[in-house]
Amino acid sequence: MKDALRRMIRANKLSLVSLIVIFLLILFSILAPWLTPYGEADMDLMHRLSPPSAEHLLGTDEAGRDVLTRLLYGSRVSLMVGIVPTLLSMVIGAVLGVTAGYLGGAVDSIIMRLADIVLAFPSMLLAMVIMYTLGDGLFNVFLTLTLMNWGTVARIARAETLKLKTIDYVEAARSIGMSKGRIIMRHILPNCIPTLIVLFTLNVPSAILTESALSFLGLGIQPPSASWGLMVNTGRQYLFNAPWLSFAPSGAIMLAVLSFNFLGDGLRDAIDPRLRRR
Amino acid sequence: MKRLLQAVLVLLLVSLALFVMLRIVPGNPVAVLMGEHANEATIERLTAELGLDQPIHVQFFRYLGGAIRGDFGTSYSLGKPVSQLMGAAFVNTLLLALAAALFAWIVGGLCGLLAAIRKNSIPDRLFMGFSLLGISMPVFMVAMILQYVFGYWLHWLPISGVSDWRSFILPAIALGWNSAGSIARLVRSTLADTLEDDYIDTARAKGLSETAVIWRHALRNTMLPTVTMMALQLSGLLSGAVITETVFSINGIGRLAVQAINGRDIPLLQGTVLFATALVIFGNLIADLLYKVLDPRTRREVKE
Repeated sequence: MKDALRRMIRANKLSLVSLIVIFLLILFSILAPWLTPYGEADMDLMHRLSPPSAEHLLGTDEAGRDVLTRLLYGSRVSLMVGIVPTLLSMVIGAVLGVTAGYLGGAVDSIIMRLADIVLAFPSMLLAMVIMYTLGDGLFNVFLTLTLMNWGTVARIARAETLKLKTIDYVEAARSIGMSKGRIIMRHILPNCIPTLIVLFTLNVPSAILTESALSFLGLGIQPPSASWGLMVNTGRQYLFNAPWLSFAPSGAIMLAVLSFNFLGDGLRDAIDPRLRRR
Repeated sequence: MKRLLQAVLVLLLVSLALFVMLRIVPGNPVAVLMGEHANEATIERLTAELGLDQPIHVQFFRYLGGAIRGDFGTSYSLGKPVSQLMGAAFVNTLLLALAAALFAWIVGGLCGLLAAIRKNSIPDRLFMGFSLLGISMPVFMVAMILQYVFGYWLHWLPISGVSDWRSFILPAIALGWNSAGSIARLVRSTLADTLEDDYIDTARAKGLSETAVIWRHALRNTMLPTVTMMALQLSGLLSGAVITETVFSINGIGRLAVQAINGRDIPLLQGTVLFATALVIFGNLIADLLYKVLDPRTRREVKE
């Protein structure tokens, strides 16, 4: 892993830059209260919709709240939504995919048909239906994104397992009577991890984009909590007289997504070029 | 034939999953619909009329039977047959998706082509950086930038609504933007690979100009994966259409689905999502078959 990281950085300077940007984004979201003199919900009705200035670097919104401050606090939700459900779906997808691949038979068919169902829907519409069923709010956004994304992971983990299954040392482990569970945990899963790490970096941006799209439509995060997508949703009403309200959070989404994409690209080339698919 | 059966099976499972998901929403939809002041008797009568008092499997088979005949029930919130609403909306979504695909193909293809010919040159780096930027922009961001620049600032094109063909230009660019980025990257990598093949050397050796080599020989083989990719991106296009149609106020399938959710309109939501998913499933099936027709050669080995 360390080797791969070094290789990536040597081959691709941009991925190093994006790694730094991601690190800074996470740092800023943690340090938000110390970075800004304003509170998340501090209203200033005398200065509504004021354009970017020295006091308000990115202007203020319809209630006179500082946009940069909201952006910093919003990044907590948006980054968490990118990372937590993606991690959960990786774990679930990897376990199901490896199990399906290793056991084969009926278990394999059932798991893979489930994955087929999830992957058949246009992702946005599936997200909307699940959100409708669960109701809105942060926790349900987590659940929705997890339910949506495990399918791809399962497919890739299964393919990887089918390959690993025939390799000599796995045969050897089986012949000395190691249990299936142990073989999966000790030999199969650890070997899938590099592929899964690449997949993780490439799935985080799509989770961020899905959350922002859901919140943009008013189906995701609900006020008073702020996410970047939700800020665009409210800002859109003022697109022509206060464009910074929608463009600042859009830009933040783009920056985060772009960094993860660059990093994912770099990691993939360094670790697992076979995953090159888009 | 086996592929077709598989597609039908997946579609069946999808409709079952969708049906179950929408039925486990807590609360009687009729009661929600009627609001707080409805009396018990009316709610009961309507529930029976809509068949919602039947066991869930009876409801499902009734729905499936109707759907096969093109009857998706009646929209709660708009009071019209769902099939009729979807028919009108589908035309708009189809036009939008086709225009977006066209944009993505032309712009993405050209950028990828120019980048591949001069690999690692400045235009190459520029185009590839730009394409990654394209992939990373949320659809609504592209849409709003276009609205702001070409609608509000320059007054060149309508900001929203559908009046004539010009109303489709901005939405099509917004929707096709991401695909253009992916296509540019795909064309660049396949074309660059193809240009290293032996038969290209042969074509060059017999004295063909570089333009002829690229247009007549290399590009043909690059088009193949692009065709499949376009079909595979149908799913993404429909997802993006939800946002694009909402931003530009176009009455399409995606906007209908959003309206259905806001109106807590289960038949409409179920109909639109099922319809869009069926489109994707059969789109992928056709892409699969098309690839076999277009590429009768044994597949070249993938370069590692």
